[in-house]
Amino acid sequence: MIEIEIDGKTFQAEPGSMIIEVADKVGIPIPRFCYHKKLSIAANCRMCLVEVEKAPKPMPACATPVTPGMKILTCSQKAREAQKSVMEFLLINHPLDCPICDQGGECELQDVSLGYGKGISRFTEGKRSVKDDDLGPLIATEMTRCIQCTRCVRFEQEVAGFRELGATGRGENMEITTFIKHSISHEMSGNIIDLCPVGALTSKPYRFSARAWELDQVEAVAPHDCIGSNIYVHKRVQEVMRVVPRENETLNETWLSDRDRYAYTAVNSPARLHKPMIKVNNVWQETDWATALEFVADGLQKVLTQYGPKQIGAFAAPSATTEEHYLLQKLMRTLGINSVDHRLHQTDVSDQKYAPLYPSLGIKIEELELQDTILLIGSNIQREQPIAGHRIRKATLRGAQVLSINAVDYPVNFNLAEKIITAPDHFNLNLAGIAKALSAQSKADLPTQILDLLKEIQPSAIEQKFAAQLSSGEKKLILLGAVAQNHPEAATLRALAQLIGTLSSAKVGCLTEGANSAGAWLAGAVPHRGPAGAALPESGLAMNTGLGASLRAYFLLGIEPEFDAANPAAAVASLNKAEFVVACSPFKTDGLLQYTHAILPIAAFTETSGTYVNAEGRWQSFNAAVAAPGEARPGWKVLRVLGNQLNLADFDYVTSEQVRDELRVLVDAAVFPLPNPHPKGDGIGKRAEGKGIMRITEWPIYSIDNMVRQSQPLQDSATNEPTAVYMNEKLAKDLQLQDGAMVKVIQGSAQAELPLMVDARIAAGCVWIPAGRPETATLGAAFGSVEIIM
Amino acid sequence: MLFFARRGDFEIINMTNVLPENIRQQIDEWIVKYPPEQRQSAVLSALTIVQNNNNGWLTEELMDAVAEYLNMPRIAVYEVATFYTMYDLKPVGRHKIGLCTNVSCMLMGCEKIAKHLKKRLGVEFGETTADGKFTLKEVECLGACASAPVVHMGDHYYENLTPEKIDEILDGLK
Repeated sequence: MIEIEIDGKTFQAEPGSMIIEVADKVGIPIPRFCYHKKLSIAANCRMCLVEVEKAPKPMPACATPVTPGMKILTCSQKAREAQKSVMEFLLINHPLDCPICDQGGECELQDVSLGYGKGISRFTEGKRSVKDDDLGPLIATEMTRCIQCTRCVRFEQEVAGFRELGATGRGENMEITTFIKHSISHEMSGNIIDLCPVGALTSKPYRFSARAWELDQVEAVAPHDCIGSNIYVHKRVQEVMRVVPRENETLNETWLSDRDRYAYTAVNSPARLHKPMIKVNNVWQETDWATALEFVADGLQKVLTQYGPKQIGAFAAPSATTEEHYLLQKLMRTLGINSVDHRLHQTDVSDQKYAPLYPSLGIKIEELELQDTILLIGSNIQREQPIAGHRIRKATLRGAQVLSINAVDYPVNFNLAEKIITAPDHFNLNLAGIAKALSAQSKADLPTQILDLLKEIQPSAIEQKFAAQLSSGEKKLILLGAVAQNHPEAATLRALAQLIGTLSSAKVGCLTEGANSAGAWLAGAVPHRGPAGAALPESGLAMNTGLGASLRAYFLLGIEPEFDAANPAAAVASLNKAEFVVACSPFKTDGLLQYTHAILPIAAFTETSGTYVNAEGRWQSFNAAVAAPGEARPGWKVLRVLGNQLNLADFDYVTSEQVRDELRVLVDAAVFPLPNPHPKGDGIGKRAEGKGIMRITEWPIYSIDNMVRQSQPLQDSATNEPTAVYMNEKLAKDLQLQDGAMVKVIQGSAQAELPLMVDARIAAGCVWIPAGRPETATLGAAFGSVEIIM
Repeated sequence: MLFFARRGDFEIINMTNVLPENIRQQIDEWIVKYPPEQRQSAVLSALTIVQNNNNGWLTEELMDAVAEYLNMPRIAVYEVATFYTMYDLKPVGRHKIGLCTNVSCMLMGCEKIAKHLKKRLGVEFGETTADGKFTLKEVECLGACASAPVVHMGDHYYENLTPEKIDEILDGLK
């Protein structure tokens, strides 16, 4: 540490740090536009000029490193004059249209010009104007206001890793633009709105709807991925106006993914359900809560008495709060119903009894960027968990080696040291090959039955390379993504990942879908365990089995099986046959109206209190920002009152905190044995019985849950892949199909008609079909063979 | 480059057609002058080579091909091509007349030259004559202040200009 003096006060500073960093740390204000602590230093706005003793001219505080004994004056006459002159230059071309500018009231230029600008402009010439770019449905532009700080350009270059904006032209003609007209398609693009110090880039959905000073902010947690990004919900009276990031260096830093930023637009969707609805004599009618709850309780009781608890399944979204998961399972288990689950897209859960207390990342999210070697298995990480993808990019910029085994050659914004792009039914063999290659050199003590399974395996050259990469480096991590978890042989993949982890001393982590998979496991929303891993007298059915088993009654919490189920055709068939189906949902959708008998309107994420547990096991509680519209109520309250309606004991919670604390006590007291490191290895080294064309399914970034599906701006975004059957050129040629032609996808009795898209990134012999879309809701299993015909 | 969504926006470039072998060879000669990780340093030369091969102007497709060949974002190539006055993004005449209007040339009477050129050619700055022979451009300092006013044409600087001298030069061109 060295000693420097700012404005006559002595401070300790890190050698090599910039003056502005030291000043920011100790709270001395220096005006700035282009400087941002998360971006590289450009020093192009010159607003932060300060006087440095012995320097002949004022120095930019953002680009001047401190030296021992340096004396800095931030508001001497010389500094002030320099700052005021720069301000005058910056305002020359700025339109000063604050009254009609969306940034007005929260504008860095406005604030700084109040302090450093003159009341009168000496510039009498004409101001320049700049043509606007259309950047798509998320970001509005007014480029005449741009002061060319280049924060947005540097963000795209350095953080997003994909540059679409640039500064074209020169001198007075310089413009920030995409040059070629196209919508921005990065999954973190909205951050440039926060970065823009003026009103050049603003939020399109929020634009002109409120002024900053009318808003209150409420702390909340983002509800779409297992990161648990911290957010502020900005509301005006009882209306959510927008969502912005809440800085948390250990999770989302200062960033937010577009999904977390814009999903709030679904809250006021026309599909919101305001009153409970019940179907009486096949006719839907709106009703009051008392009637609806009685109707639901009676319906469930009837099925229970007539067919027993095994004929009822209760399935919740992985983004439901921990309190909702806990109350749902408590309610069901008290009635003797064990078929409770949240694993929406998973089909192979045969290893569930060996599973740890909850699926975990294995490390902290901030430690992702410190890894030396990372193996991604079936993970489109940049789209599934944008913040985790960003951390991995940071790791690679530090020199980390990232390896991936995927069925699609996802274009990622970081370097892949090695990759295997292959059909999902090959994952198992590739992983076995890597394990075999590692076992030759590993000293790990392995049970012989595991080694026997690898006996026949001959590692290929690329598998050897993977093994060599995994043997080097200190901090190593293996991550299982959505495709690995939803894979029909997920248990084998998990076992192999564990095995490779043991052999290479790498940690194994799981990037679960939804915001609260960890919370759901802890709360007991799994068919084989109660809260905190407690044993159940008997296991129920898992989600995929249960939804396909034609049970007599279903209770759905926040899910729409035609979009969410791993096998939508089977799920919808079951639901249509069922005698009684209840859905708790914020939205009234065609699907729910078709197969349910009662829809209870529940709150969206901004309208309920609750807790999410993220992938690292961090509990984050939040309060409701606004009240739910109409008669909609928070899910936990609905479940609690339903518990009362059914005369269940211990259902007298007044707050969601009581629910959380009841669970927390159980979790804290839980003594849970470490999981068996090598469970269920039977499938290792055997290729699944797949024939013909293999289907690969993902729930794309903006199809993952009911909130994003109802968000029009996200649906319109260029990041949203068109619904189609994607295959590579060779397969299209083999099938004699033309790019763009309408083709029929057949899976047994299920089928759909979709356009074909030739895409070189799809693994050979496979088709990629997005789920969570109306056009694909009639299809069957997410993985496995399909038939494609004209 | 992003998953699927890119597809409609960016056409895939057929490199063999857009950057033929001989052009790529010329660019390669520049690439080897820089460290391998700074391949994009060759962008100025690459654009010049490509432009000379395309009647003096750059198409979007050519810029995209250069971006792909040098492994840099397309927008970064657009930035370079729009910054420097020696690149043209619209069809140009056989001869590009680049008149410097910076300080030294201004003091030495470039305005007179500009007026004369505009009158003789019947075009404004940035325009091409109807016969496709000349394109008149206003350019930034050419670094030849000692002999202002200066015009840049082809591979030559024409210095200490007067309207008469300009006529002489233009008369001598085909």
